[in-house]
Amino acid sequence: MEQFCIQCDHVTLSYENQAVVSDLSFTVEEGDYLCIIGENGTGKSTLMKGLLGLKKPSSGSIVLGEGILRSQIGYVPQQTPVQRDFPASVWEVVLSGTQNSRGWRPGYGKREKELAGEKLELLGISELRSKSFRDLSGGQRQRVLLARSLCAAKKLILLDEPTAGLDPLVTEEFYHLLLDLNRSQHITVVMVSHAIQEALGHADHILYLSQDSYFYGTPLEYAASRAGQRFLKRCKGKGGRP
Amino acid sequence: MIEYVTRMFSYPFMVRALAVGLLVSLCAALLGVSLVLKRYSMIGDGLSHVGFGAVAVASALHLAPLAVAVPVVVAAAFLLLLLGESGRLKGDAATAVFSTGALAVGVMVMSVSTGMNADVNSYLFGSILAASRQDVAVSVVLSVIVLILYVFFYEKLFAVTFDETFAKATGMKTGVYNALLAVLTAVVVVLGMRMMGALLISSLIVFPALTAMRLFRSYRSVILGAVAFSLLGFLAGIGISFGWGAPAGASIVVVDMALFGICSFAAWPRRR
Repeated sequence: MEQFCIQCDHVTLSYENQAVVSDLSFTVEEGDYLCIIGENGTGKSTLMKGLLGLKKPSSGSIVLGEGILRSQIGYVPQQTPVQRDFPASVWEVVLSGTQNSRGWRPGYGKREKELAGEKLELLGISELRSKSFRDLSGGQRQRVLLARSLCAAKKLILLDEPTAGLDPLVTEEFYHLLLDLNRSQHITVVMVSHAIQEALGHADHILYLSQDSYFYGTPLEYAASRAGQRFLKRCKGKGGRP
Repeated sequence: MIEYVTRMFSYPFMVRALAVGLLVSLCAALLGVSLVLKRYSMIGDGLSHVGFGAVAVASALHLAPLAVAVPVVVAAAFLLLLLGESGRLKGDAATAVFSTGALAVGVMVMSVSTGMNADVNSYLFGSILAASRQDVAVSVVLSVIVLILYVFFYEKLFAVTFDETFAKATGMKTGVYNALLAVLTAVVVVLGMRMMGALLISSLIVFPALTAMRLFRSYRSVILGAVAFSLLGFLAGIGISFGWGAPAGASIVVVDMALFGICSFAAWPRRR
């Protein structure tokens, strides 16, 4: 049996006694590519916070697989307006991803610098190294944040709507890049996604959240399910977005 | 020119003011970059009003102003931070409540105890004559501590400023670093208050950072640029103040403003 990366067991996440996600159970296997989809307000981002350990479940448990430390989960956030205008070089941003291995020690060592350089190389953005983060295009910025998350991650990265606001071509490219990483580097990918077609096209598993239930399975199973058909139909009417 | 500078340095109080001023300007510029980027620009202003209240109470009780103001303002900074996190009173509203409240208490205490005299003026608008020998010693020691802590935690403060969620998710104690930032800011605000005045200290924090951000694109260069602009603004401001007998604080702000204007203009063609 494959080892699991994350196991959610009857998880309920709530804000002020209002359950946002309730009684959710699923397992992310090592090497999995999971996309979490669903309409706005169904708790996708809250679930992400739960998986990151930033929010404690009010009941149930979220267990990380053997050998995975909380601090070794990579995270690619939704972009905030603060970041879009942040004066920092790509190198500074990527290097900051290695911070979790530094502890209290100031500065960055040779090991951290090598790691950051390696990840820039891996994502093909070495030439952006000394560019300013705020001068990049949306797609480049996401690659930089992905590189940073890979500096922090050993096995698992979580992404929260990383392609929001990107054009379809760049989005498609980004999903492909993730698939590459997933296959070649054996990195487990868990992503909240708005781009339904791309998610169905690339993911191994789909977790669909709706107001009162959820669906977990492969994209094919999802597309065949009643919930999936209803959701996909609605998305088509709006150009592929929920 | 040389004669002018020599004459300036022949007064012991000017030498003291320069020593303290340069150190405090340096610290303010460093912290300013983080504060501006975290959208906390007004926190300096709020804290300085609290500082004014504390200094007023201290002088009414004949206590050393710095010994009272530093702990009070540090406590206020902590409280603002906690309130901001718990979300009961939003950050800007909390700052407004604190600053006006403390200012009112300060003015009340002052008018009842010593009367509204020149002292009030020097606290509100700053005075380079205000620094006593003891004040200078305390200021130098505290600003050197701020400097050391800042340099030691430079990378952490960058990580927390750039992306707090990421930092937290990867196991950094973001609360500790936010608190550190608040405490350092509080100390710098109190130290700078004597020179700049309660009403003007936040410009010492905000202007150099904003000016540097116009010109530079990487974090390190913004930091170094802010320090350079801050020191330049301070020296030019002090010079003007000495020549025309204008208050040092206001002169420094006017120079900072001019630098900001020039750099914005210079950077304008590059903006798309």
